Amino acid sequence: MATVEAAGVSKSYNGRTVLAKLDLAMTDGELICLLGPSGCGKTTLLRIIAGFVTPDAGRVLVAGTDVTALPASARRMGMVFQSYSLFPNMTARDNVRFGPRVGKVPLAEQHKRADRLLEMVGLASHAGKYPHQLSGGQQQRVALARALAVQPQVLLLDEPLSALDAKVRAQLRDEIRRIQRETGVTTVLVTHDQEEALSISDRVAVMNEGRLLQVATPSQIYREPADGFVARFIGAAAVLPGVTEDGKVRVGQIVLHAEAARQHAAGKQVDLFLRPEHVRLEQLNGHMPPDGVAADVGDTTFFGSLTRMRLTLADGQIIWADLPSEQAEQFKPGSRVLARWDAESPRVIPRG
Amino acid sequence: MKRLGVGGWIILALAAVYFIGPLVLTVIFSLWEGRGHYGISAYVTLLQRPNIVRSLVVSVELALATCAALVVLLVPAMVFMNLYAPRLRPLFEFIAALPFVVPAIALVAGLSALFSGPEWLIGTPFYLVIPYFFLALPYAYRAIDVGIRAIDLTTLTEAGQSLGADMGQIIRLIVLPNLRTALVGSTLLTLAVVMGEFTFANVLLFHTFAVLINEVGQNAPTEAAALSTLSFLITWLAMAGVLLAGRRGGVQLSGAR
Ligand SMILES: Nc1ncnc2c1ncn2[C@@H]1O[C@H](COP(=O)(O)OP(=O)(O)O)[C@@H](O)[C@H]1O
Ligand SMILES: [Mg+2]
Repeated sequence: MATVEAAGVSKSYNGRTVLAKLDLAMTDGELICLLGPSGCGKTTLLRIIAGFVTPDAGRVLVAGTDVTALPASARRMGMVFQSYSLFPNMTARDNVRFGPRVGKVPLAEQHKRADRLLEMVGLASHAGKYPHQLSGGQQQRVALARALAVQPQVLLLDEPLSALDAKVRAQLRDEIRRIQRETGVTTVLVTHDQEEALSISDRVAVMNEGRLLQVATPSQIYREPADGFVARFIGAAAVLPGVTEDGKVRVGQIVLHAEAARQHAAGKQVDLFLRPEHVRLEQLNGHMPPDGVAADVGDTTFFGSLTRMRLTLADGQIIWADLPSEQAEQFKPGSRVLARWDAESPRVIPRG
Repeated sequence: MKRLGVGGWIILALAAVYFIGPLVLTVIFSLWEGRGHYGISAYVTLLQRPNIVRSLVVSVELALATCAALVVLLVPAMVFMNLYAPRLRPLFEFIAALPFVVPAIALVAGLSALFSGPEWLIGTPFYLVIPYFFLALPYAYRAIDVGIRAIDLTTLTEAGQSLGADMGQIIRLIVLPNLRTALVGSTLLTLAVVMGEFTFANVLLFHTFAVLINEVGQNAPTEAAALSTLSFLITWLAMAGVLLAGRRGGVQLSGAR
């Protein structure tokens, strides 16, 4: 177990910058998710930490020691790959004890470790099976056990769940978290799924175009996104471009109230972020309160206990409202309603 | 499934006659002892020939040595090309196809001019491993290439590296076992090429099995027929053995779902 640090890491391919002087420091035993859209450089960063890619500049430090020059095979990092990577010619048990075996661990200890880890990932009864006899989820569990068998200082997982179907994915996600807690190994998990990142991490590192935009706890990321990109990427917030007024933001013809606008000088170009769970709907009954705005109900999406409603404001801007489903039934698609929210709810971020 | 019609049966019968006819006639001819007598005397004389076992052994040894050379040199080269220099693939393909383009006799001429090496090398039949390596190269290359494409070589290698294995361990413990079917195929093809190769051995004056068949055929026709029958059987047994070994491996190697 160890701290991990990427310091000033840069990488470009054929003149195209993939990572731009990126800094990321992890504390001992922490689970960090690298979250970002496809192609933003997550895998490249992970592979630099693992030692499969040499950075153009910058260093990788593990427990304070510079490992940048070490080959992957000398770094003692466990890795789980996106594609199934079990050795097809070996049983689950032989896959798991491969690391100890090439590491000259005594045979009895190899088997002991393999059996204990297969037990931990719930596959003790499948130890003698070959990879092609296991399901995708089981294969990734074995891959996790195999990575842990070298007693790694760092565990690296590159979208380990992306090839699995939704139910198995959620199950295995929780299991990864449990095993990570049990073993206390410092872990980097790459994902492009914000739900996965928010549910599993100690901290989330949001990336875009080779840069880290924000590194913070899941709730901080959700409640206080550092910029427009993070806000849009985490959850379904409406993003409305406008200009600040006193305690309000003018968006086209309409004025939306937002306490946070006071943090900025009047007349500043900003984005207003409004989360669907903050929006309330009421029937229009003639009078229009100052903190409300008229909206036309559009498509609704049923999520079980919640229903998400798409609302069109006077100038054609779109916002969403999440309502308890039984309440949502009162608002028919096509009708005009009153949308309100607490003045403290929206975030206002300068547009840069 | 659709049943075979009358026309189908006729075609099948004709094909069977076409393939089996010569074989049957060869066997019958090999049993002919002249003036209407039939027996196994041709086989007896053949097996009493002093060099038959020796030439067979030489050919088998050559085939095995060629296979070994191909595995030891070609597999690592192709693994490294695929991992670290995929841009060299066209070059590899070109080199592997060369033996098809250059006639054997030109290879012999070039070879004898080039290798005026030490006696211990050019004096033994193992000298032939060098030309046979190149003769079998296209077939072995194809078979191994198919095998490598069927596995995710990069990911398996990286998985091995992250677990602390060096390249030697990765090739020995991961790559070779997963190329088993491909190696069986390449061994089979190499065996066939080397066992039947005549030009090099004859011109360079080595007494291999193919040279012996030719020699026998020129002065003892029934013995030659007996020899053909025998080598046919041996070849089929060898193929069946290799295929069985490959099938057993194939179950484990059918890959991940
Ligand atoms: N070996 C490589 N050669 C050239 N370009 C690469 C290589 N590896 C990655 N890239 C490029 O770098 C960018 C980031 O890739 P990657 O780190 O895999 O993104 P992510 O994992 O976030 O989807 C992509 O545009 C990809 O095309
Ligand atoms: Mg990736």
